[in-house]
Amino acid sequence: MVLVQVIVGGLLLGAVYALFSSGLTLIWGMMNFINFAHGEFVMLGMYVAWLVVVWLGGGPAVFGLAAAIALFALGVAVYALLIRHVVRGPMLAQILSSFGLALLLRYTAFWIFSANFKTLPQTSLAGTVAIGGIYLPVAQVVAGLVAVTLTIALHLLLTRSAFGSRLLAVAEDRTAAMLMGIRPDRMQALTWGLSAGAAGIAGALLAAAYPWSPSVGETFGLLAFVTVALGGFGSVLGSLYAGLIIGLIEAVSAYWLGAIYKDIVVYGLFVALLWLRPQGLMGKA
Amino acid sequence: MRKLLAQPASGQRVSICLLAIALVLYPLVFSDAFYRDIGVTFLLAAISASAWNIVGGYAGQVSVGHSMFFGLGAYTPLLLYTLWGWPPLAGIPVGILLSIGLAIIIGLPTFRLSGHYFSMATIAVAELIRIFVGTWALVGGAIGLQGPALARGWWDLTFRGDLPYYYIFLAVLALVLAVTFVLEQRRFGYYLRAIKSSERAARSLGVPVRRTKLQALALSAAFAAMAGSLYGVKTGFIDPDSGFGILVSVQMVIFAALGGAGTLFGPLIGALILVPLQTAANTWFGGGGSGATFVIYGGIIVLIARFEPGGLFDLWRRLAPLLRRRAHAA
Repeated sequence: MVLVQVIVGGLLLGAVYALFSSGLTLIWGMMNFINFAHGEFVMLGMYVAWLVVVWLGGGPAVFGLAAAIALFALGVAVYALLIRHVVRGPMLAQILSSFGLALLLRYTAFWIFSANFKTLPQTSLAGTVAIGGIYLPVAQVVAGLVAVTLTIALHLLLTRSAFGSRLLAVAEDRTAAMLMGIRPDRMQALTWGLSAGAAGIAGALLAAAYPWSPSVGETFGLLAFVTVALGGFGSVLGSLYAGLIIGLIEAVSAYWLGAIYKDIVVYGLFVALLWLRPQGLMGKA
Repeated sequence: MRKLLAQPASGQRVSICLLAIALVLYPLVFSDAFYRDIGVTFLLAAISASAWNIVGGYAGQVSVGHSMFFGLGAYTPLLLYTLWGWPPLAGIPVGILLSIGLAIIIGLPTFRLSGHYFSMATIAVAELIRIFVGTWALVGGAIGLQGPALARGWWDLTFRGDLPYYYIFLAVLALVLAVTFVLEQRRFGYYLRAIKSSERAARSLGVPVRRTKLQALALSAAFAAMAGSLYGVKTGFIDPDSGFGILVSVQMVIFAALGGAGTLFGPLIGALILVPLQTAANTWFGGGGSGATFVIYGGIIVLIARFEPGGLFDLWRRLAPLLRRRAHAA
């Protein structure tokens, strides 16, 4: 029974990994750009949720939405001020831009919020729920379910809507898209907004269920890399499956081997993937 | 042989000689322990950034996990000393060989793919090693390892005061720069630059792309390990964060990128500017200075990427003719 509880808990957490990783894979797929600051976007989503709860006393819907909007705005701003200018430049500038941004955001958060762990004050998501003999915190269940829903919604938005087609058109051929009356810069700014917004909501969902400190950005950034590498670059559906798998592997290895070893297992998996199947499980060779 | 190597322009040769003289005389002029310590820190930063520069700057394969080579270089001699009492001098080459092996293990799969994979793989492997070393009791776990407290002989590389270290580090820096300079002039250097500007074009012209990238990474790893081993024997102590921490990798990247990645003296110039700045920041902000240092580093990296991806060296190359013209007109 304990193992079942560990597995369900892992899958619920994995759903949140899937949500923020889909933001990373979106940028990779649309722009062939790796955002090293993606984990920091998740971390900022957590602090936005915390500020909203502490200052305004908002409930889960309010702080979730606030984190999404704040991070969407940040994503658009980062694109307009920084990424737009480096994305067609040398490789070194591309990698340095988001890597430097990651350091800047992470350590500014250290400065402002200190390195101490924070938790959200008690919200309406407190308490546990019993399902079929296993006990789970309400916040984890809500976080997992909302994350799965949003990831699927993002997948549908990209594959079924006119907006998604326009994004794909820009990714396929910038010039041809422009000739069709699509503004590439605007579409890519929206892509960054969506990507950061997904990370922001994921952060708010995590904040409701787990304690955190500014350094979680690094952990989540690496987790997002692993998820995207497993699911295939550019595939939102792939990152949904991969997120669930990684949540599961993490939970089970923490249960069997001990909490410190779960990172080793996950990063080891990443290195093994790069060796054996660099295009990801669902990616094309 | 002499004909193969292009001679630097005479003006450049004069400034290189002046720089060399200044570096040799520095610790004799500034005999205070504080200034000598800054000098040693600067040399170490310049060595590691120049090592990174070979693969990150010249070949354009941006590693953000070079701390794995640095850490391996630092840990190996101290581990061999702790386990079997080996003198550090004998442990250093072992660390370098291990680093070359690690470089090949990482380079073989990732160099088949685009450069982004290499960056991601390096950061993940460095982090994996850092966590793993922190949980492994044999290599000291989270506490780390210590070197010899008292020298049994010069081969223990344990000296009182900074002066011997200063000159050892200076010699190693000269070696790294000399090797880089020679390679820059040879076919290998042209291969690297061709790969950096367009891998596909380089391949179509018959450049052995993967092999060249692997060789560059192995050489870069060897020098980074050497820098790490010098750090280890000088400090006499190493732990997972000071060996494999992300700051170690970040510093190599930022020193090289600020001065000018892919130029011979770029990393040295970057270290020359940032090491004193860092020391000053630590003095002003006290022990909590490291957080502020990172904020400043992040800001500098973003600004370089946005405005001067070629670094200060590139900026100078564009500004110098303008300034000279103005001076001429006045």
